[in-house]
Amino acid sequence: MASVKDRNGREASYDNSQRRAAPNPDTGPKGASAGLQYSGLEAYFGHHRQSAGSSLLRLLRSPFSSLLTWLVIAVALALPMGLTVMLDNVSGLTENLEGSSKITIYMKLTEDDQNALQLSQQIAQRQDVDSVEFISRHEALEEFKELSGWGDVLAYLDNNPLPSVIVVQPAEHVDSAGKVAGLTEKLESLSGVDNVQVDLQWVQRLNALFAVLKRVVIALAALFGVAVILIIGNTIRLAIENRRDEIIVVKLVGGTDPYVRRPFLYTGFWYGFIGAALAWCLVNISLLWIANPVNQLAALYYSRFNLHGLSFADTFLLMLFGGFLGIAGAWIAVKRHLDDIEPQ
Amino acid sequence: MNSDNMIHFDRVNKRYPGGFEALADVSFQLQRAEMAFLTGHSGAGKSTLLKLIMLMERPNKGQIFVGGQNLERFPRRQIPYFRRHIGVVFQNHQLLFDRTVFDNVALPLEIAGVTPKEIGRRVRASLDKVGLLKKEKVKPITLSGGEQQRVGIARAVVNKPSVLLADEPTGNLDPELSEEIMQLFQQFNQVGVTVLVATHDLALVKQMRHRVLRLDHGQLIV
Repeated sequence: MASVKDRNGREASYDNSQRRAAPNPDTGPKGASAGLQYSGLEAYFGHHRQSAGSSLLRLLRSPFSSLLTWLVIAVALALPMGLTVMLDNVSGLTENLEGSSKITIYMKLTEDDQNALQLSQQIAQRQDVDSVEFISRHEALEEFKELSGWGDVLAYLDNNPLPSVIVVQPAEHVDSAGKVAGLTEKLESLSGVDNVQVDLQWVQRLNALFAVLKRVVIALAALFGVAVILIIGNTIRLAIENRRDEIIVVKLVGGTDPYVRRPFLYTGFWYGFIGAALAWCLVNISLLWIANPVNQLAALYYSRFNLHGLSFADTFLLMLFGGFLGIAGAWIAVKRHLDDIEPQ
Repeated sequence: MNSDNMIHFDRVNKRYPGGFEALADVSFQLQRAEMAFLTGHSGAGKSTLLKLIMLMERPNKGQIFVGGQNLERFPRRQIPYFRRHIGVVFQNHQLLFDRTVFDNVALPLEIAGVTPKEIGRRVRASLDKVGLLKKEKVKPITLSGGEQQRVGIARAVVNKPSVLLADEPTGNLDPELSEEIMQLFQQFNQVGVTVLVATHDLALVKQMRHRVLRLDHGQLIV
């Protein structure tokens, strides 16, 4: 097996066990000379460029059916994409919450309010504390009566069973679970302190829930990705059927399999790429739509929380991913249907 | 083997699945720049013989040489490059009706990676030869049967092939147009192209005075 350059220098390798590689091509009036024929590489990239352009034009020439396919792909991609953006937003929110957890100090019952008040003033001086709130034993009892509905029972007790309480709001730079734990440890070591509680558990539970949700979103994304591949594969299959005659003619006049495949692979790419762009539009429109109520909600919690969409880089990656899904779908269709079409 | 042979069949057998024997023990040689007719009743094996030359079919027995190249075990992936050296004309022209005459004729050159400027030059030269230079911008559907067949011929020769095959190229044409088409083939033959035309138009064959290969039930009658 030898590789032979034919008269035009284009790629041609024939079984060269015989004297001549190919029918003598010099019978034409004049052989093509240099500059008239692209080099192999130029022709290769030229056809890529041409396939990319003509396949996009072909899609735009039947705008209604193309748009329909694009929308189906967009909806399939928008769902996992939108869920990812939401999760991303909300998990950013809980990171703030971890830092802003309040710390509750329960004093020993042997300590009276006077000592506790002094301690609370000491704590308020600390660098890592933003503010403190002191609740005296009496106030605690009143609050309990009011809120619990067990007020009558307390009348039977000889003395107040509730300790004084100091609620500590950590400073803003104490913004992680680790730093909060450090502060808690220091507070625990203060004299007269019985018990220190950090209201962190619900944040941890929420984070665990998000971890589950993230997995669910990934699974959904995989399922919808497969759906997109199948949708595009089927669309390309129909396109191949529609252009059967053309494929046969191209193969008859010397078109190679990759040459015949190329326009269809690009068609798949455009379906996925533009479908992903439309999905991005759908997600951003939805974000705009819910931004107002979300901001109102955030305002009620005195939060400066802001919805954010996809970054430019993420959007571009997403479109490339869509294009990749398109090529994958087209490849399946091409492999199953195109290579079988041979001139009869 | 004589190296001046462009096409050489050596005891070729072609049996289709199901047992139908299309060609039986066919041997012949066609010289470089020779022109010949392939005749016989329908089903005699004319199309099969042409398909074997183009590697659209493979023989069950025997060997085929084209341009000195043994087609036995010719790698499938190389077939497209091989076909670029062979021009083919079909009875039903196999034109693409969604593009212009120019684009139809340009197709083999685009596939071979010829530059656009050179494509323009060669397509027009080819259309000029078949007398359709003025029709380059129209769609083939608006042309008559004879004109469509000439577009098919222009496409077959635009690559300057060394072999030109034609399968019933005048099948749907009246005698006058048929003669014109045959004259065209003869002109290409005169500039050195090896031409093999399958036809059952015996009157025309007789008139043209070229070598005749006659097939009868898959056998070559010399």
